[in-house]
Amino acid sequence: MSQPPTLSRRALLASVAAAGAASILRPLTQGTRPGPIITRPIPSTGEKLPLVGLGSWITFNVGDDAVARDSCAEVMRAFFHDGGRLIDSSPMYGSSQEVIGYGLRKLGYPPQLFSADKVWIPAGARGPEQVEESRRRWGIPRFDLLQVHNLLSWEEHLPKLFAMKAAGRVRSVGITTSEGRRHAEIERIMRSQPLDFVQVSYNLLDREVEDRILPLARERAIGVIVNRPFRRGELIRRVEQSALPAWAGEIDCANWAQVLLKFIVSHPAVTCAIPATSRVEHVRENLGASYGRLPDEAMRRRIVAHVEKL
Amino acid sequence: MSEWWTYTLSDFLLFSPRTYYRLFELYNAAIWPAQVAAVGLGLAIPALLSRAAAVRGRLIAAILAACWLWVAIAFHANRYATINWAAVYFAWGFGFEAALLIWTGIVRGGFVFERPIDRTSRAGLWIFLFALALAPFVGPLLGRGWRQVEIFSVAPDPTAVATLGILLLARGRGRWALFVVPAVWCAISGATLLAMKAPDAWIPPVAAALVVSLAVRQTLARQRIEKRV
Repeated sequence: MSQPPTLSRRALLASVAAAGAASILRPLTQGTRPGPIITRPIPSTGEKLPLVGLGSWITFNVGDDAVARDSCAEVMRAFFHDGGRLIDSSPMYGSSQEVIGYGLRKLGYPPQLFSADKVWIPAGARGPEQVEESRRRWGIPRFDLLQVHNLLSWEEHLPKLFAMKAAGRVRSVGITTSEGRRHAEIERIMRSQPLDFVQVSYNLLDREVEDRILPLARERAIGVIVNRPFRRGELIRRVEQSALPAWAGEIDCANWAQVLLKFIVSHPAVTCAIPATSRVEHVRENLGASYGRLPDEAMRRRIVAHVEKL
Repeated sequence: MSEWWTYTLSDFLLFSPRTYYRLFELYNAAIWPAQVAAVGLGLAIPALLSRAAAVRGRLIAAILAACWLWVAIAFHANRYATINWAAVYFAWGFGFEAALLIWTGIVRGGFVFERPIDRTSRAGLWIFLFALALAPFVGPLLGRGWRQVEIFSVAPDPTAVATLGILLLARGRGRWALFVVPAVWCAISGATLLAMKAPDAWIPPVAAALVVSLAVRQTLARQRIEKRV
């Protein structure tokens, strides 16, 4: 027969001390969130999206590896559990679409999913066929967002995507670029087409979009999805060489990933950032940037100055 | 592709190193014990080199064609294509090399191995033996698991390097056409490994460059001798 647990005076004092420390550190620890999840409305519809989504480039391209597929499904489980909504993929990303579909099936198609995919094929006539194949891989009735990947044949794809939107076969339409490419063309399309979203690269070291693209997105009421928030991991490896500054606590950041993401999503034109990861602890860290205080303009300048010196 | 100069190798990398090497691990597990037969085929090639000239060219071409066809289907089309959409084209490339080996080496009998072999041909033999016997140890020596080992006639890199070594040993019509696919593959594989920051990324392209330069030198030397005669 087991003995009932007893609590010594020393253990009791240690527990009280630990509980006190936990309450002080609460905003900074993972697993506890300071307040409700922060969302931002999609300018064209008003639908609210959490500030952090989930990318799938490289990380979800695991082929037929059953262990890795289950691992990706766990990342998705943690993502939805912590309030995430937008998952982004592309036909270009190898098996990522199938792996997302696998995860969605395993999780019973969480209703909060905001599905974002792309059309990526030179022949415009084959765009609808590719979209249908992508939809089948995800296993969903329709996409919430379809984007023209890297502006490939956008003149042919966009009219078809707008027609699909008018027919209720997709909810919103956008275009994408990465690594600062073809910004002048992106601007022209933003001015001439009724886009719901534009997807661009933006991070602490690549801030070119602040000059024209982001102000234009606000002016034209176009949502902004940010890719490469960690510069493919290079940025996070760089900053993690040094200790997290004390001021990170002022914006409820427990780690560098949250500092980098909060810098991005605190820009008023940004709808959400889509870091990709294959690890549950990282998706939780990333989603932590959707909670708590966001940096104001002075803090944004401070973050830039600090990171540029590292 | 506009603004092509802004693209780097990593822009074309679709998977992580972990996923890439896991691919070999799962592939090796799925085809076991085919690797034993693969090593047997590899060992048969130097054994055949000592046999009668009439049959060895055709037999070696048949073995190499079988290896290229296997890698095309079992590796590129069935495995690699799950993480790299370009692998479908690689499968066609490997299939084309197999067809070329059949046409050149078996149908036309244009795969000739003469004795005694010159110094350059001897280098070809060493390159073949490296791909067959030493290349599989490179991954494990760099810390990758034994289950991820890449073996001649099963994995594309050792198959391509070994074939280049054999081509250096061979003479005959149409030999140069057979260099193209393995050399291009070595460049593609080297670029992929370089994008993954693999320390052994240099092996396939350096092996290909060495073989092609030796083959050019060998051909020029043979032409000089023929002119004198």
